[in-house]
Amino acid sequence: MSETESKIINTVAYEQDYFPPKPTSTTKFFRTCKIWQFFRFVSINLKMLKVVAASHH
Amino acid sequence: MARVVVLGAGVAGHTTATFLQKWVGNEHEIVVVTPNSQWNWIPSNIWVGVGAMKPEEVTFELEPVYTDLGATFKQAKAVSINPEGGSESDKPFVTIEFTGQGKDGESEDITYDYLVNATGPKLNFGATPGLGEGSNLGEHTVSVCTFGHAEHANEELQKLIEEMRSLPDGEKKNIVIGTGHGMCTCQGAAFEYIFNVEHALNVAGVRDKAELIWISNEYQLGDFGMGGMHLDRGGYLTGSKIFTESIFAERGLKWITQAHTEKVTADTIYYETLDGEHHEVKYDFSMLIPPFAGVGLKAYDKAGEDMTAKVFAPNGFMKVDADYTPRPYAEWRAADWPRTYQNPDYKNMFAAGIAFAPPHFISKPMKSANGTPINPTPPRTGMPSGIIGKTVAESIKDMLNGAAEPTHTASMAEMGAACVASTGMGLLDGTAAAMTVFPVVPDFEKYPETGRDQKLTFGEVGLAGHWIKHILHHMFMYKAKCKPGWTLIPE
Ligand SMILES: Cc1cc2nc3c(=O)[nH]c(=O)nc-3n(C[C@H](O)[C@H](O)[C@H](O)COP(=O)(O)OP(=O)(O)OC[C@H]3O[C@@H](n4cnc5c(N)ncnc54)[C@H](O)[C@@H]3O)c2cc1C
Repeated sequence: MSETESKIINTVAYEQDYFPPKPTSTTKFFRTCKIWQFFRFVSINLKMLKVVAASHH
Repeated sequence: MARVVVLGAGVAGHTTATFLQKWVGNEHEIVVVTPNSQWNWIPSNIWVGVGAMKPEEVTFELEPVYTDLGATFKQAKAVSINPEGGSESDKPFVTIEFTGQGKDGESEDITYDYLVNATGPKLNFGATPGLGEGSNLGEHTVSVCTFGHAEHANEELQKLIEEMRSLPDGEKKNIVIGTGHGMCTCQGAAFEYIFNVEHALNVAGVRDKAELIWISNEYQLGDFGMGGMHLDRGGYLTGSKIFTESIFAERGLKWITQAHTEKVTADTIYYETLDGEHHEVKYDFSMLIPPFAGVGLKAYDKAGEDMTAKVFAPNGFMKVDADYTPRPYAEWRAADWPRTYQNPDYKNMFAAGIAFAPPHFISKPMKSANGTPINPTPPRTGMPSGIIGKTVAESIKDMLNGAAEPTHTASMAEMGAACVASTGMGLLDGTAAAMTVFPVVPDFEKYPETGRDQKLTFGEVGLAGHWIKHILHHMFMYKAKCKPGWTLIPE
């Protein structure tokens, strides 16, 4: 590896987007997996309804 | 027969007016004054801004809806309020100026028994040189705050995409999206727009020809003007900074935070950061949210003397039952926030939605090393605006029936908000960040660790959120049209 290439690699490691967590391929798969998302849909709706119910006095 | 005048038919005003008409419309007169002939489901303007929806899909004519319900509709803007009446009568009145119905420019005084100010924000583009003049968008950047702005934003975006198609390899266009001033709110809208633009670039096959840059007055990503929140992620209560940065990093977006946009020219955004440094970023396409102010209503006493400062806060929003005593951040309490939205001096006057003056920010106030304030102002998003609108309607209904005081409360420190930020439209491949927070204003007395009820505060990315966003669009359009069963749909 040339000196220039190794410099570029090191710079990338300290870029802004290096530090935050990134989804793994499994996480990405479940995000658009229709069956799993159907259950998430039900769950998120129930959670949102709870928030709505708690917000109306 | 009493008359209730509702100023503004946005999320809050339309909710107040329609419920009041349903509950007491047979015995009392409900008058709605609003300058636009159309109702707009503002959250879906994001989709208009990328060409995924047409303006007519996010709007409808208001007058037929009010006529069917039996309410009086005046296409006009309120100019001033005389809460003590005038020289001839003690009856309070509001002065309006028509913007349609064939009476453009004509003035009328409407007396009222109850007044609800739900006039929302003035889009204060003029606060930042180059962003616009007064409430008019300038020539350099675009906006998605109205459906007209969003349609224009999409036209500019499509032109840019065409240019990108013929860009030589390795060259990129800069797209900068975020807040146009150090005192903006509504970061959520800009957040949603940047991801929809990213999706549009992907669909057009030109994502590799763009650098997408977020610019914001937030102290850190994920603040959203609410001081951020905590989400249960993998067994840890994780700050929304991590959640939000993760979404940006995954999609290769860059971000600039702690920024006050000082000036905008045809190709450069100049900004100051909290450390007092001045910077600039070049752009080829930019959507910057303007700061919000009150719409500039005046108030006069019985003698006709200006008493705007008594009724409205300096930012133009109407004073209500909040505790406006200035206090340092560490002493802010949930109890500072209004509960009934009744004006303290004129008990028949209420303010709902964005139109009420918050007691202070929610995010911690910050100033740059040069003394420039750089912090988000409090958001009053759709759900709180709708809930407040309904609460005010319930109180007025009871007061019309003899109650001495407002009977219903809706503090933003006791209510939650739901936000679904979609990223693209595909019903099988779209995703969205679905988030809820409870309460909107953190209550550290009740929830000492994070200020929030962690059982009701969550966020996740996925297709399900995208489906919910679609359903919300159709549900709220249906509800606003007052079609059968509309009252069953929650705010
Ligand atoms: C692009 C965008 C996306 C958003 N997305 C979301 C989202 O996903 N979820 C969410 O919860 N919130 C979202 N919001 C915020 C939401 O739109 C606002 O919280 C909500 O519209 C506020 O309701 P309001 O009734 O106070 O004001 P508005 O809805 O703005 O209504 C104000 C009304 O008053 C009228 N008016 C103005 N001046 C006068 C006058 N002088 N006299 C009489 N009437 C007057 C206006 O024409 C308008 O009809 C978004 C906002 C924007 C800009």
